[in-house]
Amino acid sequence: MANVTGAHTANHSDSNYLNHEKGLWNWLSTLDHKRIGLLYFITVAIFFLIGGIFALLIRTELFSAGETIMTAEQYSRVMTYHGAVMVFLVIIPGIPAFLGNFFLPMQIGAKDVAFPRLNLASWYCLIIGAGIALASLFFGGADTGWTFYTPYSIKHAPAVICMVLGVFVAGFSSILTGLNFIVTTHKLRAPGMTMNRIPLFVWALYSTAIIQVLATPVLAITVLLLAAENVFGIGFFDPALGGDPVLFQHFFWFYSHPAVYIMILPAFGVISELITTFSKKTIFGYTAIAYSSVAIAAVSFFVWGHHMFVSGQSEIAGIVFSFITMLVGVPTAIKLFNWVATLYKGSINLSAPMLYALGFMFLFTIGGVTGIFLATIAVDVHFHDTYFVVAHFHYVMVGGTLMAIMGGIYYWFPKMFGKLVNDKWAQVSFFFIFVGFNVTFYPQFVLGSLGMPRRYFDYLPEYEHLNRISTVGAYLIGIGFVISVITVIHGLFRGKPAGPNPWGGTTLEWTTASPPPHENFLVTPIVTAGPYEHR
Amino acid sequence: MSTAKSSTPGVHQHAHHYDSAEHEYQSSKQGLWLFMCTEILMFGGLFVAYIIFHNMFPETFKVGSLFTDVKYGATNTVVLLFSSLTMALGIHYCQMRQQQKAVIALAVTILCGFAFMGIKWLEYSHKFHMGLLPGDWYAGNAEMIAAEIGNVTIPSNIALYFSFYFMMTGLHGVHVLVGMGLITWVMIRTMRGEFGPHFYTPVEGVGLFWHLVDLVWIYLFPLLYLVS
Repeated sequence: MANVTGAHTANHSDSNYLNHEKGLWNWLSTLDHKRIGLLYFITVAIFFLIGGIFALLIRTELFSAGETIMTAEQYSRVMTYHGAVMVFLVIIPGIPAFLGNFFLPMQIGAKDVAFPRLNLASWYCLIIGAGIALASLFFGGADTGWTFYTPYSIKHAPAVICMVLGVFVAGFSSILTGLNFIVTTHKLRAPGMTMNRIPLFVWALYSTAIIQVLATPVLAITVLLLAAENVFGIGFFDPALGGDPVLFQHFFWFYSHPAVYIMILPAFGVISELITTFSKKTIFGYTAIAYSSVAIAAVSFFVWGHHMFVSGQSEIAGIVFSFITMLVGVPTAIKLFNWVATLYKGSINLSAPMLYALGFMFLFTIGGVTGIFLATIAVDVHFHDTYFVVAHFHYVMVGGTLMAIMGGIYYWFPKMFGKLVNDKWAQVSFFFIFVGFNVTFYPQFVLGSLGMPRRYFDYLPEYEHLNRISTVGAYLIGIGFVISVITVIHGLFRGKPAGPNPWGGTTLEWTTASPPPHENFLVTPIVTAGPYEHR
Repeated sequence: MSTAKSSTPGVHQHAHHYDSAEHEYQSSKQGLWLFMCTEILMFGGLFVAYIIFHNMFPETFKVGSLFTDVKYGATNTVVLLFSSLTMALGIHYCQMRQQQKAVIALAVTILCGFAFMGIKWLEYSHKFHMGLLPGDWYAGNAEMIAAEIGNVTIPSNIALYFSFYFMMTGLHGVHVLVGMGLITWVMIRTMRGEFGPHFYTPVEGVGLFWHLVDLVWIYLFPLLYLVS
């Protein structure tokens, strides 16, 4: 490592964070950011399995027109839990709280995050919040969709109250993680690690953290008001008392639109790491990529109105929101062009993590460009509430964030556990997920443009053909994830020793042993150059 | 592992991942200010809703505020402002390691919290008695209302005012209770002599929170009591 002096690369003892202290209780009360990251990994993986089962139930129901395996009421609930679990318990905590927790301190040469106790508390917030939210199943289950739109959601339903209170508690997990990351990035960088030398993953997490800290409290008050609306009928969102259901949509999306950048910005960070490492080339346009993350975070607060083009919002507001929404395309495209420029004349290694990164670029571009379609009011008036929208946000959230999570897991697995996964099988998992994904969601663009509405358990017979293709694709994705789970478990038990730096990464986490020692570095690294000095 | 228990009074060991106590103090302070931002944004949602509905139904808010007692509200404002002073004094004495004075200042702050909540309790029970409850639970007694505010036409959605009244003061009240709990916690630590010129972060953090709670009330008071 040319850019680092004083960092020990050799593993002098067998002591690492995994065997530093033993016992279940030590794990559940740990203050080590790496262990907390792994707690998040396990939790998020379990929630992903639950959300995935709901997804397959949805697609199975939609395999044929008419009632296939469940009633309309059951379908509404399955769809609600699929959305709520995937958004609040998988994609939002996914990259920041798992990979971010583990690698943000390591990438800036810190021993831990700024507030280790808050970090652990954030995990418990997620667990408790998830428990409360899922307890709603005992009250018959919520059927409002994950967006809880009023006035449907204010019918004094205990299940909705449970759900929103669960979201309230889980929100603190996000706030505390974001707060921790901002302070850690500002205050705990190693000597020589200036803000212009922090890896792009850290820049992405930092931008995400700004949104987490500033937007999540608004969701907190929104769901609190929704719960109060259910209990007391306070009337803020109830037309009977002069309240306004659209006000709820404004409140909700004031958080939930920035929240989609909480989901995608960390993914951009992962991709920046993958592209540069597997091209063996210094990233093209470091500054542009770094600042475009912050730009996206800033713009994200002013676009929420594009969810209300047809909700009776004023036309002027609609036009302004439409314009600002298109602005998001600029910093996003800056990132994509810089990644492509990094690939140019790079020495490209098509290992599984790189395949996921390339898959991300392909799918995210489709998701992003269809986002511009939807930002155009004239088009959105026709496409809103159709499967076009469903396909669009799955291309961004699954084709984007989930691909990045998978790439990140395969990339950092050797560092986390000191072992290599079988790259061939990881590539097979990519094949199934990537192909399955397109088979599932590309037909949904077509279905949406033909006018098939979202959220229903049934559709007109002429949509059946494409829906069947889509369902087959969903099962292909399922197979891909099963292969991934087997590959990872096989790697855990049978993986070959990885050594400190199997991929030739240049950021600080690769300078220490795999798995890392308890305090990450035996000697605090002193940084003398940028993060991606490939030679 | 983290904040090690100090062996000698007033000597604070910084946590293992910081370079120095000063480093830890600066980091904690940044974290606290970020947390204050989240609090402001959370209350911000309520204030935005207030502005919107006040614009739509000014009469509802005007008549609704007739039911509040400005004397109680003003007293509570003074109580909270005074408690902010004693809180600041508590921090100051902790920095000076004047343990006894610090404990007295913090105790007075807690007492102010009790006074505030006591007055709130009087106000709440009076409203409960009259049936002036939020939203669907509103059951205003016409005779009592006439006796209290005279012959004023009551807007049909007067319950909306009480929704705001109870949501805003309720959320604020919860913050006052949490603040009182936190001040009790730092007071106990002060008694143990844990704070001094080199380490007083918890007192300062709790103080910051208490001032924010105070500040929110400064806005709630005119919005709910004085709009008429």
